Amino acid sequence: MSNPSVGLFVTCLVDLFRPNVGFAAVDLLEKAGCVVSVPPAQTCCGQPAYNSGDRADTRAIAEQVIAAFEKFDYVVAPSGSCAAMLKKHYPELFAGDAAWEERANAFSGKVFELVSFLTDVMFVSDVDAHFDGSVTYHDSCSGLRELGISRQPRKLLAQVDGLELKEMKDPDVCCGFGGTFCVKYSDISNAIVAKKTDNVEAAQADLLLAGDLGCLMNMSGKLHREGRNTKARHVAEVLAGRLDVPAIGDSK
Amino acid sequence: MKITTPEFKENAVKALANDNLQKALGNVEKGFIGKRQAAADALPEFEALRDKARDIKDHTLAHLDLYLKAYEEKVVESGGHVHWAQTAEDARNIVLDICRTANAKTVTKGKSMISEEMGINEFLEEKGIQPIETDLGEYIIQLRGEAPSHIIAPAVHVLKEQVEADFREEHDHLPEGRNLDEPETLLDEARTVLRQKFIDADVGITGANFLVAETGTSIIVTNEGNGDLTQTLPRVHIVLASIEKIAPTLEDVSQILRVLARSATGQDMSVYTTFSTGPRREGDVDGPEEYHVVLLDNGRTNMIGTEFQDMLRCIRCGACMNHCPVYHAVGGHAYGWVYPGPMGAVLTPSLKGVEDGGNLPNASTFCGRCEAVCPMRIPLPKMMRHWREREFEKNLNPAVQRWGLKTWAWFAQRPRLYQLGARVAMRGLSIMGGKKGRLAKMPLGSGWTKYRDMPAPEGETFQAQWAAHKGRAK
Amino acid sequence: MSGREAILGKIRSQVGADQDPATRRTTVADRLAKAPRGIIPKRGQLDPRAQLKLFCDRAEAVQTTTTVVKDYSQVAEAVSDYLRSRNLPQAVRMGTDPRLEGADWSKAPNLTRDVGPSDGSDPVGLSHATAGVAETGTLVLTSGSDNPTTVNFLPENHIIVIDAADIKGDYESALDQVRSMAGKGLMPRTVNMITGPSRSGDIEQTILLGAHGPRSLHVIVVEG
Ligand code: SF4
Repeated sequence: MSNPSVGLFVTCLVDLFRPNVGFAAVDLLEKAGCVVSVPPAQTCCGQPAYNSGDRADTRAIAEQVIAAFEKFDYVVAPSGSCAAMLKKHYPELFAGDAAWEERANAFSGKVFELVSFLTDVMFVSDVDAHFDGSVTYHDSCSGLRELGISRQPRKLLAQVDGLELKEMKDPDVCCGFGGTFCVKYSDISNAIVAKKTDNVEAAQADLLLAGDLGCLMNMSGKLHREGRNTKARHVAEVLAGRLDVPAIGDSK
Repeated sequence: MKITTPEFKENAVKALANDNLQKALGNVEKGFIGKRQAAADALPEFEALRDKARDIKDHTLAHLDLYLKAYEEKVVESGGHVHWAQTAEDARNIVLDICRTANAKTVTKGKSMISEEMGINEFLEEKGIQPIETDLGEYIIQLRGEAPSHIIAPAVHVLKEQVEADFREEHDHLPEGRNLDEPETLLDEARTVLRQKFIDADVGITGANFLVAETGTSIIVTNEGNGDLTQTLPRVHIVLASIEKIAPTLEDVSQILRVLARSATGQDMSVYTTFSTGPRREGDVDGPEEYHVVLLDNGRTNMIGTEFQDMLRCIRCGACMNHCPVYHAVGGHAYGWVYPGPMGAVLTPSLKGVEDGGNLPNASTFCGRCEAVCPMRIPLPKMMRHWREREFEKNLNPAVQRWGLKTWAWFAQRPRLYQLGARVAMRGLSIMGGKKGRLAKMPLGSGWTKYRDMPAPEGETFQAQWAAHKGRAK
Repeated sequence: MSGREAILGKIRSQVGADQDPATRRTTVADRLAKAPRGIIPKRGQLDPRAQLKLFCDRAEAVQTTTTVVKDYSQVAEAVSDYLRSRNLPQAVRMGTDPRLEGADWSKAPNLTRDVGPSDGSDPVGLSHATAGVAETGTLVLTSGSDNPTTVNFLPENHIIVIDAADIKGDYESALDQVRSMAGKGLMPRTVNMITGPSRSGDIEQTILLGAHGPRSLHVIVVEG
């Protein structure tokens, strides 16, 4: 498969809040030799319903996603959490369902998170990007623990010209986002994210990176509220050199 | 024990504002995480042993009725007694009967979560029998009139200055000038006071980490040695254990022991792993004359054969809470019943009902760190999600939440409408964000903006921009 | 007995309903009879010399001190020397273990030996172990008048004598040794696996030795 077809699962947050990440993903995938399509019949992976215990709606959404994406060689999402939903949890949803089980498993086998897809499937080892400054990388939980993503982004970041990686303390500890958790249990979420921003700030990097927009919005929102210096971006934006859009939550 | 789980949110807010507690909680992260990792890394077979431990328990649970019977037979053979209790109340009455028959005035206790679940201390006190906790942590919180806040470190929420103050208040023999500033001196004081209690007690109550079907043996795993004095010195030894503590053989126990202490405290092995089989034998010069085991169900049989069965593999090591960001933030008491942290978030609704316990499985970010460290590979987030599903089916979540979710799901299943709505909404939000690019307040978003700014969207959605881009390209 | 029937019946209906009862019974009986071994860590499978070294290393890593002596004729002196080095009185509490009784106590003329269970007033207890486990530096003691359980816990200091030949690599082999005393499926009343002196971390997670059991643990390995 020299030029595999890739269906880009944009994710709802990127679609709504930060299209720049979507374009960065397209750039990176095309540069790696993929033929990228963006099926219009996509909204969300269904996690908000799934994690609220609403299985019926989750299934309906999942069926829609599978139908829209199963024709591609690969399905790629710029988010560990949505990719894990598609890859790990869809099969659970359809387990034991004669009509769907096989279809769901076949679909899930093709799903990857963006950065790990680049390194592990497309064997990308170099990026053509430049960033003058230091970054610190937060390992978002689903990507890290459900998909094993941790060295892949660091490996590619090491290839970015001029970039220095400064690890923070506990990069693998949750930022307190947790989807609806952060509003349902906002006091606890705040305590967790405050610890995280302390660690981020202590790393003294110019930029905080992560692979999940949800976590990034949470951390950048807290950094702004606390008047901290560190800016936040999705890792794909740096890897693709798409830095002309202001950092997350920054002035235009 | 009164359950305050329904007030979890309020409990959490109080906990977050409690400076002493927050300071003490720092010890959880410092005390456990690095040590567990080092111990696991030092044993190359650790991950394989976790699989093995899981398989052993799965096999045991699938044949639990038969293993319980085999175990009972062996206990009786060795001269012990087995009592079966369906409820906490049954168990309390069984213990009371044994104590009364033994004419007991004081009862020493080793650390046992089951005894917390049974509420045995208040009960015995009411009946005129004095229970004395002998684990240092349990002793401290008994002085303070509190419940444990952690399943292996019951007093982890207490600072040493607070222990000192409690000791001065309760131990009236202490001279003013007695130095109690250091943990060492506090430990000496507790050791001295408790030594006499061990010797005076009529009955000793311990929990059990394992019950071995092959031999009719109960096993306790401790570091202090208090459990051993509790079960060796009094005339009567009572073991309180829940039915899932069974392991088939000594070989199986050996496998699980290799992951237990490493996961709990980061020790390769706890100091004392003690196997007890029946009462004092002919020719013995010490040991209890009577040996009783109370087997407690208290809701566990409701979990067997359901999607919550995996939870019964739990060996109470505490690793899940040691690694839980929510536990780190609010501590154990906020959870409102016996079991805190991720394991409590699954067990509490299982044993007390989702109506009372429903808050806990919701109060998780699903970060998955608990499952990543659980020696028994219990899929804790998955089971919390199952509880959310039960809650949803029973219509237990707030109407506003349900309505919001349903509306969103309706749109999510209609991509064209969704995208149209999204375009309008994002443009609006972007304009509200203005030049600053973020919002400090947002309609319906106070849960978010109370503590953080909301990054404003770029403006056009990706789908809209992509369509335009494709259009141009053609 | 109603609680018993209710609990067992409920379990049976939830997990055993769709399985053949006879097969289930055989599965369980088989496992109990054969007691299959699981994963034995590589570090527990060494030659006897290396095993002894590992045992001592692991024991010392958890604050146990160790001495190795040639044979039983050196045990009395080793006990006496240890007590002197720790500034402890020359007196021990012990059971009637023949291996200990047979040691040449004339070599330690100033040492008193009190025989019988401890009541908590003895500073030092002396026991003989049934087995040792190299993988974690663990000692396995079994109850009886030869080695009363109270001697393991009440004195502030504990000395344990063990034969090098009884040091096994892993828990399974050590427990087999215990089983061989009475037969499969039978256990001494109490088996104590001891890994270091007593400790507690209950005050601010600071680890302190000597919570309720001994503050110090010394092991004398007899090579003989
Ligand atoms: S759920 Fe797992 S990690 Fe938590 S206490 Fe139980 S065994 Fe330990």
